[in-house]
Amino acid sequence: MWVRSALAYRTSFVMMAVGNFAANGLDFVAIMLMFSRIDALGGFSLPEVAFLYGTSGVSLGLADLLLGSVEGLGRRVRDGTLDTLLLRPVPVFAQIAADRFALRRLGRITQAVLVLGWSLPLLPVDWTVGRVLMVPLMVVCGAAIFAAVFTAGAAFQFWAQDAAEVQNSFTYGGNAMLQYPPTVFARELVRGVTFLVPLAFVNWLPALRLLGHPDPLGLPGWVDFMGPVVAALMCAGAGLAWRLGLRAYRSTGS
Amino acid sequence: MWYVAVAAGSFRRYATYRIATVAGVFTNTVFGFIVAYTYIALWDERPHLGGYDQAQALAFVWTAQALLATAALMGGGGLDELQERIRTGDIAVDLYRPADLQLWWLAADLGRAGLQLIGRGVVPMAVGALAFPLALPGDPLTWGCFLLSVLFGVLVSFALRYLVALASFWLLDGAGLALISGLACMFFSGMVLPLRVFPGALGEVAQVLPWAAVLQVPADVLVGARSGGALWRGLVFQAAWGVALLALGRLVQSAATRKVVVHGG
Repeated sequence: MWVRSALAYRTSFVMMAVGNFAANGLDFVAIMLMFSRIDALGGFSLPEVAFLYGTSGVSLGLADLLLGSVEGLGRRVRDGTLDTLLLRPVPVFAQIAADRFALRRLGRITQAVLVLGWSLPLLPVDWTVGRVLMVPLMVVCGAAIFAAVFTAGAAFQFWAQDAAEVQNSFTYGGNAMLQYPPTVFARELVRGVTFLVPLAFVNWLPALRLLGHPDPLGLPGWVDFMGPVVAALMCAGAGLAWRLGLRAYRSTGS
Repeated sequence: MWYVAVAAGSFRRYATYRIATVAGVFTNTVFGFIVAYTYIALWDERPHLGGYDQAQALAFVWTAQALLATAALMGGGGLDELQERIRTGDIAVDLYRPADLQLWWLAADLGRAGLQLIGRGVVPMAVGALAFPLALPGDPLTWGCFLLSVLFGVLVSFALRYLVALASFWLLDGAGLALISGLACMFFSGMVLPLRVFPGALGEVAQVLPWAAVLQVPADVLVGARSGGALWRGLVFQAAWGVALLALGRLVQSAATRKVVVHGG
């Protein structure tokens, strides 16, 4: 339904899709402009940064396509329209995720896939079957991690109805960070996104292994392969947070 | 005097979104840290890139975060509401009011910008100054010039967003155009990368476009990349774009309002 309604204003839909494509492209244009002045950033070449950019972008894009709408929860809590959803015999979470489902979000994924595809043949990697398989596995686990962050952020809005932006700093902010090599950032920051909000498992740790760069935190090698486990744990935690939030929900009564 | 009341009302209105403001400060600070580290890496590779030293580049980062909401660098900033009124037809009611449409929204936007500068500008800048060595001016005169330059930047930003909103009279759903114009502003204002770092002709062209008046010029005033004659040229550049775009807005407005057909009911 939302897809059809978006297509009704055709000019605007085309502009939205192009805009979404360009919005994410803008970050990459900035990276390319930087590399017009330098050869390496934090010890990483342009294809290597593009690989980080592409994997993180595809992961976030998938999570955003499926669950991006949940950030609208705060608005529904504020104006009381969440009550309508509670009455329907479909899980609230599914309704919120499908709310204002936006096909234009394909723009983000398309752009990230293109950058990723461009980077792959230029990487200094000796491709084996295992290494080839690592790339889609990374992307899927990364999408699950971002999806968990989206869900936890939405659950947080049951209490703080006006704080959708906090979620943005973890999803879009995390994505902005993962586009650059971990060597660029202060060690405490890298520790934070490894142990606190484990976004490093989206692409940093597996990518460091794939590209043969040393891990700046000096973690044992098996940690690089923990992505699926971390993703599963985070999804379970986010699901729990969502249940707690829904139970704590008090209608505004308006 | 009416318009002062509108501006004050808008200031108070945005002041009620307390949690949203705190959330915004948090986001601006997180992004500030991320960009600051990438700029440190960039300026480590190429010191004095674009004529900035590292402390100036870092000050630029935090100025950009401070002005992101103030100058509505990503678009929107309350004018999406005007756009919505045009789409739904509520605009017909506004046109009956004994106030000028453009001045009304300008006053509201200035009130909004004032609150955002205090609410979402000061704290990220202070955090940035604590965490990184920033090149900030010590004399009040430069800070005064910076604030004046911010005001001019908000005027240019408003004039651009007003034109985008008016386009809804023809497009009906203006969300796509708003998105694209927001992107143009992000890119050509220096938010994505300072315009002085852009290579060659692209950098020269970008520096004369109106978006440069929104962030690049105020930031240059603050970090000390514009002083003396260059400072005055920057302010004149901003004022000229502001006047030209506001005048264009008036022209489009009169064309648009002649187009409105009110259905009785």
